[in-house]
Amino acid sequence: MPHEPYAVEMRGITKRFGTITANRAVDFALRKGEVQALLGENGAGKTTLMRILYGLYHADEGDIFVDGQMADIRSPRHAIAHGVGMVTQHFALVPPITVTENIILGYTDRFNIDLDAAHNKVAEASRRFGIAIEPRALVKNLSVGERQRVEIIKALYRDAKVLILDEPTAVLAPQEADELFESLKRLRDSGLSVIFISHKLHEVMAITDRVTVLRSGELAGTVNTAETNQADLAKMMVGRETFGVTKSDVNGRQGDIALRLEKISALDSKELVALKEISFEVRTGEILGLAGVSGNGQSELAQVLEGTRPSTGGRVSANGREITNAGPEQIMATGVGRIPEDRHESVVAEMTVAQNMALEHLHEFVRRGMLDKKRIRAHAETLIEAYQIKARPNDRIRTLSGGNMQKVILARVLERNPSVIIVAQPTRGLDVGATEYVRQKLLEQRQRGAAILLISEDLDEILELSDRIAVIYEGEIMNVLPAAEADIERLGLLMCGVSV
Amino acid sequence: MDDTLFVTFLVGLIAATLRVATPLVYGSIGEVITERAGILNLGIEGIMFLGAFAGFAVAAKSFEAGIGGYLWLGLLGAIVSGVLMALLMGLLTVTLGLNQHVSGLGITLLAIGLSLFGFRLVFGESSVLPSVDPFSQLFVFGETPILGPIFKQYLLTYVAFLVLVPLAWWLLYRTSFGLELRSVGENPEAADAAGVNVFRTRYLALVIGGALMAVGGAFLSIAQLGAFSPGIIAGRGWVCIALVIFARWDPIRATAGAVLFGAVFALQLRLQTLGFDLPFEVFLALPYLVTILALAITGRNANYPGAYLKPYRRE
Repeated sequence: MPHEPYAVEMRGITKRFGTITANRAVDFALRKGEVQALLGENGAGKTTLMRILYGLYHADEGDIFVDGQMADIRSPRHAIAHGVGMVTQHFALVPPITVTENIILGYTDRFNIDLDAAHNKVAEASRRFGIAIEPRALVKNLSVGERQRVEIIKALYRDAKVLILDEPTAVLAPQEADELFESLKRLRDSGLSVIFISHKLHEVMAITDRVTVLRSGELAGTVNTAETNQADLAKMMVGRETFGVTKSDVNGRQGDIALRLEKISALDSKELVALKEISFEVRTGEILGLAGVSGNGQSELAQVLEGTRPSTGGRVSANGREITNAGPEQIMATGVGRIPEDRHESVVAEMTVAQNMALEHLHEFVRRGMLDKKRIRAHAETLIEAYQIKARPNDRIRTLSGGNMQKVILARVLERNPSVIIVAQPTRGLDVGATEYVRQKLLEQRQRGAAILLISEDLDEILELSDRIAVIYEGEIMNVLPAAEADIERLGLLMCGVSV
Repeated sequence: MDDTLFVTFLVGLIAATLRVATPLVYGSIGEVITERAGILNLGIEGIMFLGAFAGFAVAAKSFEAGIGGYLWLGLLGAIVSGVLMALLMGLLTVTLGLNQHVSGLGITLLAIGLSLFGFRLVFGESSVLPSVDPFSQLFVFGETPILGPIFKQYLLTYVAFLVLVPLAWWLLYRTSFGLELRSVGENPEAADAAGVNVFRTRYLALVIGGALMAVGGAFLSIAQLGAFSPGIIAGRGWVCIALVIFARWDPIRATAGAVLFGAVFALQLRLQTLGFDLPFEVFLALPYLVTILALAITGRNANYPGAYLKPYRRE
């Protein structure tokens, strides 16, 4: 039966990075006018496959067909010429220049640019596609959601027939995501084909027509969204039934206040106000989740509590002792454990696993003024065993996977039984197995009686683990809710600065 | 000092300021264009030096051969030498992705060494310093008082202020190439994803910049002096590096900085003759001191191009 050619078809795509095979003989086909999800865990090869389609990587094997014709896509320029556009996860925008300049960059027909005409063309495109942007604004002054809209317009402006979106909702509040979905549906109905990379099942169910699942770089299957459900998709994704972690006792046994913030204020790296009089407390045996859209002061708050950023006002105390503007060492001495946001910054990449494990308490590994290598090694072996870390003590830590690196940091902190734990984005970029492990460990600590501040942009994580949930918006705490009263919609509104 | 003397002094000062600023305008605009693409070209000192030598050598030899437009050939020779050095810088920093500081300093050492070696090769060790009849100055306002001497300048000075400055501004801010160049210097990943050839754009920026730097050097040898000496550039390339930061990577502000330096330089020359009881080196150091001061005051919150010093690799 003759059928309309696919908008895009990729056949037998294989891509290797050194010894790792990111894609193995993957087939992928996108129909015209459909939204298709590319679903998979972190590291399943979704982004790699799409970067190949957009010409950012070159496949080692396999062919790409656009509209039924074999296409040789060696760079984004070729992809654009074939009508393929991509909105990458880290936006490919130039911050100090205007929206218009970003949109016409690399897509100008004349040497001399008529800026007024360009602004008008961009404004016209914004109207035509129903996506609001301000042509003359500087990109650096735009919010994340606005930047994403610029990226989408940029692709459409280049006459994209196929639009690839790489985890577009990761940086959006739920309401912004809904808006994005509305736009995508409209664009689909006008003939655009969309590839939607995601690992969020509910989004995939809500917006797509078909779903292609990748697992460990291989095709796990393609299904019609209408004929599947979240549980089946999850099974395809991980290749087994999933088992989320659950809190063993819902209420827990909360005791005294262990961490108290009183009107903490701080500036960000550009010396702008990042935190405005933040107050809350965390009790022993409690996980307080701090939810919020990325960039609303979470990083700065974590840094203040870790002792790496000065506060400009207010007080912090842990276990009854004031630690306002104390250094990391003093903070640790009061029984505070810190699991920072960027795990690569909390280890020394070139040093070994054993050295990194000893690093925060080196004085305990000193014998006669010299480091006691045997003790450092024995210490590492104990932790590797206890935390099931897939590494040897003498491996350089940069060679570890994200999950194992996080386990090293976790081990280093938790072995000291801290009474307060500040943990930021603990599962970002980890696969399902490692994520479950980390969450399980946090729940164990709660059971033990630690007071845990969990700063996370992953709402599912917050909802799964927290006893109470605080929402931060533009450096202010919007509200603190008991977990039982928090649902996605209410949190979403708070995350957008709407008091409810 | 009575009024007529003061006016004469002032007119001389302004005329000298524009003259002294000319090579700095070429050099600093060349460096602005290069740095806007994300590459710090510390080869500038050497490229200006080589430009001065190549310009002079080609001009002198062409003159010997009886060619009429020998100065223009010299200028062309300087441009070719600057382009070649820029291409070498591109090979090191764009293609191979090596450290820009080390590569640039290497280029400077190489270019100076080549020039001095070339000078001996071409002119031998004569006791008389070789010279050529340089470009002459244009008497735009003839011998009119005040305007006459101020506008008695070299063609290359006119080109610098009236053509190069607006042209550089237009190129950077109003052309597709300029947009691509700035983007490549701010966020090469974004430029690449938008379909811009990052490598080609950076090479082009280097080549344009290198050519301008060499012209700046050649101005000294084939316009102002008509001769070449080892002290001819005297750190002007380094001054341009400072001016670019002072100018926050803008060609108009870079020109203003060049004029400021030129003014202080011209002033100190005049102060030397006023008979202060100070070693003349103190006056010589003055413009450089002012450069450091200006940099210290304005350079603190400089917004460096986002991809400054960073080589680009696709993976």
